[in-house]
Amino acid sequence: MKPFAYHQPDQIPDAAKLLTSIEDSKLVAGGMTLIPTLKQRLANPPALVDLSKLGSLKGITDGGATITIGAMTPHAVVAASKLVQTKIPGLAALASMIGDPAVRSRGTIGGSVANNDPAADYPAGVLGLGATIITSAREIAADKFFLGLFETALGPGEIITAIRFPVPLKAGYTKFKAPASRYALVGVFVAKFAEGVRVAVTGAGPGVFRVPPMEAALSSNFDPSAIAAIKIDTDGLTSDIHAEADYRAHLVTVMAKRAVDAALS
Amino acid sequence: MQISFTLNGRPTTVDVEPATLVAELLREQLNLTGTHIGCDTSQCGACVVHLDGLPVKSCTLLAPALDGATLLTIEGLQGAPGSNLMHPMQEAFREHHGLQCGFCTPGMLMTAVALAAEKPDLTEADVRHGLEGNICRCTGYQNIVVSVMAGAAAMNAAKGE
Repeated sequence: MKPFAYHQPDQIPDAAKLLTSIEDSKLVAGGMTLIPTLKQRLANPPALVDLSKLGSLKGITDGGATITIGAMTPHAVVAASKLVQTKIPGLAALASMIGDPAVRSRGTIGGSVANNDPAADYPAGVLGLGATIITSAREIAADKFFLGLFETALGPGEIITAIRFPVPLKAGYTKFKAPASRYALVGVFVAKFAEGVRVAVTGAGPGVFRVPPMEAALSSNFDPSAIAAIKIDTDGLTSDIHAEADYRAHLVTVMAKRAVDAALS
Repeated sequence: MQISFTLNGRPTTVDVEPATLVAELLREQLNLTGTHIGCDTSQCGACVVHLDGLPVKSCTLLAPALDGATLLTIEGLQGAPGSNLMHPMQEAFREHHGLQCGFCTPGMLMTAVALAAEKPDLTEADVRHGLEGNICRCTGYQNIVVSVMAGAAAMNAAKGE
């Protein structure tokens, strides 16, 4: 790693100020993506702004019809949270499937969502549940947040502070893991609300996306059989050493069916 | 920068560059070479240590994260205080031949101890899921899983005494 300056602000405005005033500086949350990136010298920031001293970014709060998870809450805490397990078991299950125990000890929901890796798990949960991303400056609906490959609606100096999830009637997540990395080759999050069903897919393309035909079919009949015949267009899906686009397209339907099964169980 | 933390029960203060990895700090500055660096890409788990009781990969942890924390490395793993015995998980790995070359073993043990401490009623499926971040190229995992199950049972028994 190239050397860098290290800042540990204890106030969100100070963190935002550091981030905007030091050109090319980076935020570090759990570091599960950033540290490997620095080690490979794919990034050489002059300074890191560590968010770990911002106590207000940790923890899970019950808002009745919503659950709010602080940006610095690690995956292991979400997975083990009785509140999340009771109200949105599909989200607790998603958190329990990320990486491995060591990654879940350190990796955070805010870091995962801000990074928007095309094969990360949380973006599927955030988009599938229609969550709201709360930042140091504003609130952003999930539908307007994820803009594509590692790209989000976050502006310069904007820091995610929490994510607010509406509590669904039912929700489930299933993924086909890339065997080595345990990233989602394809992962599908399904959530049923009184207003209808949302289906979000990660891993299959350059960014997380919804599947309107599946949402319509599941809204009228929330059963795996309702989507069994729905084929996903391979246009825009990823082909790489792990899988071709048509295989990924096939997996979307398979994983969506299993996610509905998980939501019903 | 100067950081202070508790290392295997002892207060420790060191000067580090912020870009120092905990695995490097342990091995090169503090001479604790029991923590192994296998892949150095956060995949193999040979470098797992406990940070505030949780398993973490020390090759993917910056030294500043230690400030104010409690760190346990393989050197700090031991049996009942004053007993001069191996930790029940180490004893189980010895008894059930949960290793061949031994390179991955420090990380396996640290992950296994955290796993058993977190969930007293471990199933084999829990163990296999819990060891996903620890790679062994010798054993085929069979004896490691057997060892972890036995070690977890021994830890539970010790707790009940």
